[in-house]
Amino acid sequence: MAHALEPKAKTLAEAGSDAPYGVIGDLDPRARVVLACVFAITTVALTTIPALVAALATAISLLMLSGLPIRRTLKRMAMMDSFIIFMLVLLPFTMPGDPMFAVFGFPASWQGLWKAIEIGLTANAVILTLMVLVGTLEPVTLGHALHKLRCPEVLVHLLMFTIRYIEVLREEYLRLRGAMKIRGFRPGTNLHTYRSFGYLVGMMLVRAIERSERILGAMKCRGFSGQLILLQEFRMSRRDRRFAGLLGGVCIGLLFLDYL
Amino acid sequence: MHIVDGALSNPVVIGGAVAAAGGIAVGLKSLDIDRIPTAGVLSASFFVASLIHVPIGPSSVHLILNGLAGLLLGWAAFPALFVGLLLQAVFFGFGGLTVLGVNTFNIAMPAVLAWMIFGRLIGRGSPAQGAIWGGLGGAFAIAATILFVAVSLALTGDEFLPAAKLVFFAHIPVMVIEAVLTGFAVLLARKVKPELFLKGSSA
Repeated sequence: MAHALEPKAKTLAEAGSDAPYGVIGDLDPRARVVLACVFAITTVALTTIPALVAALATAISLLMLSGLPIRRTLKRMAMMDSFIIFMLVLLPFTMPGDPMFAVFGFPASWQGLWKAIEIGLTANAVILTLMVLVGTLEPVTLGHALHKLRCPEVLVHLLMFTIRYIEVLREEYLRLRGAMKIRGFRPGTNLHTYRSFGYLVGMMLVRAIERSERILGAMKCRGFSGQLILLQEFRMSRRDRRFAGLLGGVCIGLLFLDYL
Repeated sequence: MHIVDGALSNPVVIGGAVAAAGGIAVGLKSLDIDRIPTAGVLSASFFVASLIHVPIGPSSVHLILNGLAGLLLGWAAFPALFVGLLLQAVFFGFGGLTVLGVNTFNIAMPAVLAWMIFGRLIGRGSPAQGAIWGGLGGAFAIAATILFVAVSLALTGDEFLPAAKLVFFAHIPVMVIEAVLTGFAVLLARKVKPELFLKGSSA
């Protein structure tokens, strides 16, 4: 489901049909969530470039194993990079240290450059692993897995509701945008645009609240008591344990490499 | 606005996670069964709203609307925005995992503060007055968020200070747009569904 909300994918909430995501797709969702967290914490703890390169290599090999569309996934990752590139480019100039070169009289330091590379590697390794291990889950399965991992029940409810209604509300948003377009609305940098978008957001919220009242009525009508009924049972198989052991070993290896 | 993994020092990351967990706990307590659907649907709305790109000059910015989320949800904005950030990180690859706490706090705390300061005011007076308070709340929330982001970076190390300052100034137009948009959204809501904010201010 990593590519939800794209034209092809219909709903974010379509449960039950776990897509065939290679070796990763069959693993226990709980194990995937926990392993993603363990890997993230390990990677953030790393400080040397070789270890971080190894971490990114691990993430990329997980991506290969997962059978996710590689180019699209890497494109997503690059999109995140475009957010932080600004800060990373600035770092060599703002961090004191041995001068590397100067641009318009501003010296760039080696330390800053290494720091920037370090952050870039960490961020990409963690987000890629997260997308591969957890992003390939059905969103609903993610909710169930978090519930089994003893997340607060209300939080899981909230997550499931959000997942369920993102697609519904996006359709409503597109319908409203379509209605605006058909009346000749073209966004630009002017007050009219901002006012129209403000009304659009306001309308979406009013409709969302009214919708939620209907949902509550429907749920009460069916005897909702705040209990989460889970139809999915998770079981750790031997493969899950082996995979967990392997990735855990990789994490320890990374820490060891970092320590050298 | 998203901070990524590896950028912040460990104390900042841990502090952010603890603060976010506290905020989420308070928010969850305020959610009884009757309010879960509302919070869930609103959380989804803000997720969708954050996909709206608003043109500004040759470029465009995406909306955050955390001020509006706070005004409607109060403390429940914490878990609602956390869920949004979690889904964004997992399914879109925005932000990061270990920094989820910091990012949640930076976006949700201003929302709660905006609700505390402006929550009562937007339900009073004429719709236009409410809209002006709403707009101020929207601008305040963005300003506070940028400030929190800058502080998280500055606490990590001085080398981030210039970047933090630049981020702040780069976001002033965003602040204005969010203010105008939030104002008009409140204006519409006050006219179409006046009881919306009356309920919000008593909750």
